[in-house]
Amino acid sequence: MSVIYVLLAISITVAIVFFIAFILSVKNGQYDDSYTPSVRMLFEDELVKQKKDLQQSNLDTSIESNN
Amino acid sequence: MEKQNCYHCGDDCGSDCIEYDQKCFCCNGCKTVYEIFSENNLSYYYDLQSSAGSTPAKIEGKYDFLETESIVERLTEFNDGNIQIVNLYIPLIHCSSCIWILENMNKLNLFISSSQVNFSEKTVRITYNCRKTTLKEVVLLLAKIGYEPYISLEDFDGKKKQIDRSLIYKLGVAGFAFGNVMFLSFPEYFDLNSSEAAGGEFWLNQYQSVFRWLMFAFSLPVVFYAGSDYFISAYKGLRSKILNIDVPIALGVLVLFLRSTLEIIFDWGSGFFDSLTGLVFFLLLGKFFQQKTYSFLSFERDYKSYFPIAVTRINKDGKEESTQVHEIKQGDRLLIRNEELIPVDGVLFKGRAQIDYSFVTGESVPVEIEFGDKVFAGGRQMNGSIEVEALKSVSQSYLTQLWSNSVFKTDKSTRFQTITDSIGKRFTVGVLTVAFLATFFWLFQDPSRAMNVFTAVLIIACPCAIALASPFTLGNMLRIFGQKKFYLRDTNALEQLARVDTAIFDKTGTITTAKRSTATYEGMPLTQEEESLLKNTLRASNHPLSRTLYDILSDYNIITLDDYEEHLGKGLEGSKGDKYIKIGSSEFVGNMEVSDSLNTAVHVASNNSYKGKYVFHNEYREGVSKVFEEMSDALQLAILSGDNEGEKANLEKLLPKLTPLYFNQKPEDKLAFITSLQDQGKKVLMVGDGLNDAGALAQAEVGIAISENINVFSPACDGIMDASKFKQLYQYIVASKKAMKIIKLSFLLSLLYNVVGLYFAVTGQLEPVIAAILMPLSSISVVVFTTVMTNLLGRKLD
Repeated sequence: MSVIYVLLAISITVAIVFFIAFILSVKNGQYDDSYTPSVRMLFEDELVKQKKDLQQSNLDTSIESNN
Repeated sequence: MEKQNCYHCGDDCGSDCIEYDQKCFCCNGCKTVYEIFSENNLSYYYDLQSSAGSTPAKIEGKYDFLETESIVERLTEFNDGNIQIVNLYIPLIHCSSCIWILENMNKLNLFISSSQVNFSEKTVRITYNCRKTTLKEVVLLLAKIGYEPYISLEDFDGKKKQIDRSLIYKLGVAGFAFGNVMFLSFPEYFDLNSSEAAGGEFWLNQYQSVFRWLMFAFSLPVVFYAGSDYFISAYKGLRSKILNIDVPIALGVLVLFLRSTLEIIFDWGSGFFDSLTGLVFFLLLGKFFQQKTYSFLSFERDYKSYFPIAVTRINKDGKEESTQVHEIKQGDRLLIRNEELIPVDGVLFKGRAQIDYSFVTGESVPVEIEFGDKVFAGGRQMNGSIEVEALKSVSQSYLTQLWSNSVFKTDKSTRFQTITDSIGKRFTVGVLTVAFLATFFWLFQDPSRAMNVFTAVLIIACPCAIALASPFTLGNMLRIFGQKKFYLRDTNALEQLARVDTAIFDKTGTITTAKRSTATYEGMPLTQEEESLLKNTLRASNHPLSRTLYDILSDYNIITLDDYEEHLGKGLEGSKGDKYIKIGSSEFVGNMEVSDSLNTAVHVASNNSYKGKYVFHNEYREGVSKVFEEMSDALQLAILSGDNEGEKANLEKLLPKLTPLYFNQKPEDKLAFITSLQDQGKKVLMVGDGLNDAGALAQAEVGIAISENINVFSPACDGIMDASKFKQLYQYIVASKKAMKIIKLSFLLSLLYNVVGLYFAVTGQLEPVIAAILMPLSSISVVVFTTVMTNLLGRKLD
């Protein structure tokens, strides 16, 4: 089989994969609200607070060990 | 003392600040919300945006109806007896803090598994376990943290909304095919597959049919799926004998497809698949742009979207029960709590009624109703609870029966021809003439090329650029208007606005403000002492007129009255030392003169001698007379008011001479007035605000609702205008007229391209590559032209 068939098949397959991804994303409602996700991604994760606590306790222990 | 603002809601705390956790709160409600948040580690809310919160409203008993299973069933989107999903509209959503707190609802109620906010629609979708918690608890929690959802009869009656995503799918399909076909056309563009003898590439030449049939395959979904709307619209147009713009488009697409298919079958050439897919893609892009609407605003509201779902009925045993409003029958006794809405016409049975009809009429001063008097549906009780006996069912009440008028059932957009369609008619006729003349000519010259020329003309003349001019211009204008707080429903409304020649205004709430009213004093002047006593007597009264008058009078020191008495529905009495004052109705203070004024007035008598009266006037919006003056040159104006003639003299002073004023207009009268103007061939702009204007707003070519707060209720209309922009109304009309001029100019521009294209087509030299360059080029230049022009136009608007 000529290489041109292979190349065309690959390019079209890649295109169709992305096309299907697009259709699925529309179906899942990703295009219904184009504003909220842009705000949501800026929120700090909950983990941050726990990390702070951790750091604090680490600090405490280090102080203690210094003593 | 230094002024402090509430940590939660940002309001001025005044002198009585409630301190908690070293923070200042304006009221206990705000403090409670802060407590809830800080106990649950949710104080990040205040880091995102300071003072983002709102004071929770008192809601005793308001949501009892959510215990009824059938109501819950109608409100939830999903319900399997275990998990329920509900989508609630929360008008208060306004910042990132709101999103954050609402999406962290699961920390406040463990049985809420997830909540997701849609900011632009101001809704939150909550999933919860209904075995452990109930919809009522969820709603009460929301109300407790200051995010009270808005649940109305519309949510109950309305079918579950289906989101229409077909345009995005179609756009995706067309774009996907367009890109791939372009890519597959490259060998043809660079002429790589010309014969080997001419120096072409042998292997591309050999596989050219593969490329062509692939392009054919890609164009199939474009023609039969993405472009299907154009065929349907053209067919509908032809069936009703209208040549709309979709007829030449559908013709062009069809001819492009057939000719290209024939070309590759008989190996005549490469076909025009690239132009075909590109054309459909650009057209859909224009449609997508035009479709932009303000999802957070509703232009379809009728009384249902602000009537409650259920009210409290007192049954025969004297027990309270929650009833759906549709089930209210004549003779039912209803309990209307403070701030609740009266859903049916009825008679006041018990309690003190002060009813705010501002939703209905725009009049903000509550009306006092006495025992046995009629109350009308749509009013809001302002002072304590009352009991009302229903006289009619919901749909037959004075206000609601307006909606049985047929004007609410017809689709406004079908009633007029857009500028594109009216051009489309002439365009189609012109193109077909050129096509037949050219074919005729070639039949004699060289019959073998006649068919070629005929199809080439139809292809190149496909009015892609014309079809794009209007959606891009109007879509962009719509967005610019939106930034300036004037929200139009769609591009048709903007086109209609450019054509109006008559403007009708409602009075109360439209050209007057809802916030304040002014009062002027007529009679013998009051002494300082008397005025001081007057103000101090008014202080104790909760009557709305007393409150207004109290705010108008200049400040006096607080004095303690020796005696004070309020006579219901009559007036007030107060005394200090040997001074004695009576405030109230004409008879109450002992006024002998017959009052000739129709305006609301409060009479004053001091030590049993009549002094004078305060006459209340509506306060007109800033710039009303300027707006009317500007408009009076270009438009016919009139005022339609539901009120009495009390303000006639004031209005005549304010408005240009001979402006017709009509008073005592019922909602149906307003509608009929607009219809009669339209029968005379007028294009009417109606500007109103209350539900009583709803009929007129729907009937008029353009109905604009003026709103002090665009998120709050406004009746069904074509546009919602922020009240602060009222003085610029005429500038918007002028801008829309200019937008129409831009469209006409871009029609000329695209016609120029068509003339160039037609030259190639008629002379039989149309190569696929010329079509592939000309068609997108004309579309892009039209889009650039309209975008630049509308933005320039928008800059002039302020």
